[in-house]
Amino acid sequence: MAFVTANWNPLGEAFYRKTELYEMGWNLKDGLRDCLLAAAPYGGPIALLKEPQRRSPSSRPQLEIYSASGVTMASFLWKSGVVRQLGWTVCDDLLCIQEDGTVLIYDLFGSFKRHFSMGNEVGQSQVVEAKVFHSPYGTGVAIVTGASRFTLATNIDDLKLRRLPEVPGLQGAPTCWAVLTQDRQSKVLVANGGDLFILDYTACTAVNPPGLSPQASSIVHMCVSFSYKYLALFTDSGHVWMGSANLKEKLSEVETKVRNPPKQMAWCRRPKSRQPSVVIMWDRHLLVVGEGKDTISYHLEDDSILVPEMDGVRIINGTNHELLQEVPASCEEIFKIASMAPGALLLEAHKEYEKESQKADEYLREIKEQGLLAEAVRQCVEAAGHEQEAETQKTLLRAASFGKCFLSNFPPELFVIMCRDLRVLNAVRDYTVGIPLTHTQFKQMTVQVLIDRLVYRKLYPLAIEICRYLKTPEYQGVSRVLKHWACCKVQQKEESDEVIARTISLKLGEAAGISYSEIATKAYECGRTELAIKLLEFEPRSGEQVPLLLKMKRSQLALSKAIESGDTDLVYTVVTYLKNEMNRGDFFMTLRNQPVALSLYRQFCKHQEQDTLKDLFNQDDDHQELGNFYVKASYKEKRLEARVAHLQSAVDEYNKAKNEFAAKATEEEMRLLRFQKKLEEEKAIEPLAIAVRMHTEIQGITIGVTEHCISLFADDIIFFLSKLKTSIPNLITLIEKFGRFSGYKINNSKSVLIDMEGAADAAIERRNEGEISTILSRCSPTTDRALVERLNRAKSTAAKK
Amino acid sequence: MAAHLSYGRVNLNILREAARKELREFLDKCAGSKAIVWDEYLTGPFGLIAQYSLLKEHEVEKMFTLKAGRVPSADVKNIIFFVRPRLELMDIIAENVMSEDKLQPPREFHILFVPRRSLLCEQRLKEQGVLNSFTNIDEYILDLIPYDGDLLSMESESAFRECYLENDQTSLYHTAKGLMTLQALYGTIPQIFGKGECARHVANMMLRMKREFAGSQNQILPVFDTLLLLDRNVDLLTPLATQLTYEGLIDEIYGITNGYVKLPPEKFAQKKPGEGGKDLPTEPKKLQLNSAEELYAEIRDKNFNAVGAALSKKAKIISAAFEERHNAKTVGEIKQFVSQLPHMQAARNSLANHTSIAELIKDITTSEDFFENLTVEQEFMTGVDTDKVNTYIEDSIAQKDPLIKILRLVCMQSVCNNGLKQKVLDHYKREILQTYGYEHLLTLNNLEKVGLLKPQLTTRNNYPTIRKTLKLWMEDANEQNPNDISYVYSGYAPLSVRLTQLLARPGWRSIEEVLKMLPGPHFEERQQLPTGLHKKRQQGENRTTLVFFLGGVTYAEIAALRFLSQMEDGGTEYVIATTKLLNGTSWIKSLMDRPEAQIL
Repeated sequence: MAFVTANWNPLGEAFYRKTELYEMGWNLKDGLRDCLLAAAPYGGPIALLKEPQRRSPSSRPQLEIYSASGVTMASFLWKSGVVRQLGWTVCDDLLCIQEDGTVLIYDLFGSFKRHFSMGNEVGQSQVVEAKVFHSPYGTGVAIVTGASRFTLATNIDDLKLRRLPEVPGLQGAPTCWAVLTQDRQSKVLVANGGDLFILDYTACTAVNPPGLSPQASSIVHMCVSFSYKYLALFTDSGHVWMGSANLKEKLSEVETKVRNPPKQMAWCRRPKSRQPSVVIMWDRHLLVVGEGKDTISYHLEDDSILVPEMDGVRIINGTNHELLQEVPASCEEIFKIASMAPGALLLEAHKEYEKESQKADEYLREIKEQGLLAEAVRQCVEAAGHEQEAETQKTLLRAASFGKCFLSNFPPELFVIMCRDLRVLNAVRDYTVGIPLTHTQFKQMTVQVLIDRLVYRKLYPLAIEICRYLKTPEYQGVSRVLKHWACCKVQQKEESDEVIARTISLKLGEAAGISYSEIATKAYECGRTELAIKLLEFEPRSGEQVPLLLKMKRSQLALSKAIESGDTDLVYTVVTYLKNEMNRGDFFMTLRNQPVALSLYRQFCKHQEQDTLKDLFNQDDDHQELGNFYVKASYKEKRLEARVAHLQSAVDEYNKAKNEFAAKATEEEMRLLRFQKKLEEEKAIEPLAIAVRMHTEIQGITIGVTEHCISLFADDIIFFLSKLKTSIPNLITLIEKFGRFSGYKINNSKSVLIDMEGAADAAIERRNEGEISTILSRCSPTTDRALVERLNRAKSTAAKK
Repeated sequence: MAAHLSYGRVNLNILREAARKELREFLDKCAGSKAIVWDEYLTGPFGLIAQYSLLKEHEVEKMFTLKAGRVPSADVKNIIFFVRPRLELMDIIAENVMSEDKLQPPREFHILFVPRRSLLCEQRLKEQGVLNSFTNIDEYILDLIPYDGDLLSMESESAFRECYLENDQTSLYHTAKGLMTLQALYGTIPQIFGKGECARHVANMMLRMKREFAGSQNQILPVFDTLLLLDRNVDLLTPLATQLTYEGLIDEIYGITNGYVKLPPEKFAQKKPGEGGKDLPTEPKKLQLNSAEELYAEIRDKNFNAVGAALSKKAKIISAAFEERHNAKTVGEIKQFVSQLPHMQAARNSLANHTSIAELIKDITTSEDFFENLTVEQEFMTGVDTDKVNTYIEDSIAQKDPLIKILRLVCMQSVCNNGLKQKVLDHYKREILQTYGYEHLLTLNNLEKVGLLKPQLTTRNNYPTIRKTLKLWMEDANEQNPNDISYVYSGYAPLSVRLTQLLARPGWRSIEEVLKMLPGPHFEERQQLPTGLHKKRQQGENRTTLVFFLGGVTYAEIAALRFLSQMEDGGTEYVIATTKLLNGTSWIKSLMDRPEAQIL
């Protein structure tokens, strides 16, 4: 334990430590000399291309892919063009940028995935330099050509090439450049000698870093921090300028006293860092530069490269893999020599406790008196997270657990989660896996992504183990891993469909939320249609099976699956698809075997295609429905002949359907229609009279028990009407209707409206007893009471007179 | 505003709130002012979810009805179509979009499919060349709409017709989906019972969907213990009978749609002294009916014969409450009295309304025609002369009474006789065609297809057996203080509810024989609950059963289930869900086919 601080170096207010992560497992003859190397962040894989300049077909360069611990994952001869730059995407794919502007994408195991080009204009002038960068939008590529033009693609999965404007006065390659992501846009920062420019999609703007030392005449190197927030510039005068990436603020400037341009430079910060610091590397010399004049200097044994991380810098050389970082505050508090921080005291207390010494109590009291025990526990837990050594982690966690015993109400999550996280981290940091994640990085990348990474490396058992250990919900964890495993399995060409399908179903079993359709799609993409169909059988969501089945032209199967799902819309979709695919006969036959689809299609036809509906009934010999169909059709006809013809067809169908009642009723309807027509055509007045008498809405006058409506005379008609509001309009409609056949019209000038009440009034006025009596005799019980009364009174007065 | 939804055994307001949240989210997706173009059919159901005020809060400025031609001009940024996924509606929308005025500033179009988006419709829009004109195409999953504290409805008018007549199971798919949504909110329902083909189909889909979503196990303690799925065609008789509860009669006579009833205005005229009866309102009076109204909640499920007494009792209570003011001596007492005034006035208004409604109904129920009709219905239900031509029906046809009334009676006779003798059936059919017109041939055909009318194929009539075993007829139904569900039809106990009652106690095993006589399979399924979600029942705690009527339910059946819930030793409380609330009239109407005759 005393040695924890052995590798600490002070710089300004903070300490820096360089810890060994791995002794590299690879066996490189010449170390990293004459190699093109790319290591992915977050402890990702390393790609190595030896002697990239070799062009002769007889001696091609070798491309090798290693884990961060140097375990070989793939190795193959590079047969394509000259590679300018290697890089990794966010999902662990390798990008090889060739000098002709083509970018080839390989997976972790060196199998070719796809390629794209950075533009046609690159061909002639060739790529001089290229950079791969990561932004919230994915992985991007930026290149500069021999013609000094920059081209940028922000996201290679959604490729949009942006040719950036020209940089004034730039000939050939720039001295140095970097990609920034600002204001949701990727930009390029270029230095040409002493001039600095920002290139965005539309313009090239000259910029000046505030407070840059005047001795400098040229900016020879630059680097942007992991978060794109900070920028460091190295000038030919040996100064390092550090500031914000928007060039608005200067953080510090340090003189290194080294004038030759560095090989590499990287920011070495961590979240909540105490000071900005940059690591600069020359051939055999590494320098950490912070705010003050002091620097930390390391000697390098071998050719190395720097891999910037969000909380430090990894240094890889031919034999070792190290992590250089600012010592986190909690570790510093605890381990700093003579620290009196609560965490340090707790650790001490626990040590004494294990020695069974009463001093443990003294230390504990000291912390408790200050009321800092909770803080002490927290510090220990946190510090444990930042330590690489399992032993140190254990010591700290034991101390924390010891301290916890003296606290009530201390939330247990912090401790429990840290223990779990560390267990996972230690597992993936293992030499065989080789993902040297720090706790900070792990929290940033999330378990989900870590699982994905493991899956990309085909470390399925470990991934499943982690999911189970962390109790990740099945559909996010185990199921997802199994799905990837299965997708990988279907690509194994040497095994038969049968075997693969069985293995997969056995392994996946009833695992929750497995999308078999995705696996099947993968199989189909690999050209294994039969396997895809077999796999689809396992898919519980019928709905999901349908689109793929349609794509594979298994429309019949798609139809039955759609029906199984119960989703009628899906059934309709397949039916429409089938209708366009098949000839009519086959289509109908298919439907016939699927009653559900058939009745849905009938519904569709009822609204959209009446004729098809008839054909469908015909095919099924459904005479009853055909009869109904004709009846419905008959009502749409305006001409009698057509209507009767339809009804005749209906009669025939009803007879075939052995529905005697319907056939007979229809025949009667036909007879009735013909009879009515005949009456209408005779142009006689009688049919009109019958119609008027039959009409329910034309109300006559009731005298005694009979209702009088109409009287026919040689050339006049008299109507007797009551309820005039409804009777008259209906009468007029009826007359007009009959008039269309007979030619009879109402002669308005000769028609008279006789008002019965008016007639009575007139008689009363004249006081004519005889007249009044006549009218009274015509009155029935339905006549207005008041009128009868008035008539009676008038009659008696007239009689007196 | 929708507090009455949360009073029940199950807080249905959660469902309503979930629906409202989703609506708000969609509206916010379309930034800026908007106009909604409504599929007219949807306005009613939507009213149960959100009032205009909610839409207004989200910048909905105008509302139109979807019709052919051009969308009326409105100075808004977005036009949103709220539509059912129907092809004919897509054509109208396409026309709307294409005739959009090119000169006006462009408006953004959106479609919200209710209850589900459809590939078929999108395909149609694509064929019409307008699919790309839409900024958002979304779905608003509105399957089960909270209707009252213990009632959910899908408000799908044509569900019965589609399922049983046209063999289109779309609404069953929506039912299954709706039940999944319900389970997501209220926990997995451990037991599923069912009777009928459609019930089987829905249960199958639910179990399948559960497997599909197996990953996303929900961790909610189940609120419902049991789900009972019942096909309407298991019990065709009940909706045909005239409902005799207060709410049932309101529905029979005036029709309740989406929770509202329209009543003749005369009885509701404000009688102000000196004005006389001159300007009677001509607009029908629209009233909302739900358990939010205390008095209504109290009397809705009573037999109508018991409503009068309940109303007069209430009247006494209210006037006594108003009399209290004379006893109020101190300022404090007066203040307390005044604070109760709004509540009392509301109670008085409510009493006045329901007294008027009761009077309106009484006019009808005391009529001779109503009585005769009811007598015939009860004869049929008790099995009197169901095999002969009924003279009352003949007379009614001769008098050309409303066709639906005739159809209800004929169907009822057929159901109670397990089909009519061919001769009797043909006689009725001929009479109907000759009196009401030949076009009704299609309607009669439909009724035969769904089994409401049928020729008797075997001489065995199993209805009496069913009636006796299930005790469907109770001779001494107590209308005032009921002791059995038969009070809702003054003697007839609805079959569907009897099945529900027997399921709870003693279980269906005791009636296997009868179940076999009813159409469709009966079944039981269990859904595994994640460990730790098994309910530990308190002593005396009631079970909760969700009864789902596929194809519709009547108010009287609901009343009967509520009665069962309230029974002291019942042990089970019921929540009711259905595709649509119906009565015999609206039900038969949905099965009618009326070709529009062209004038010759």
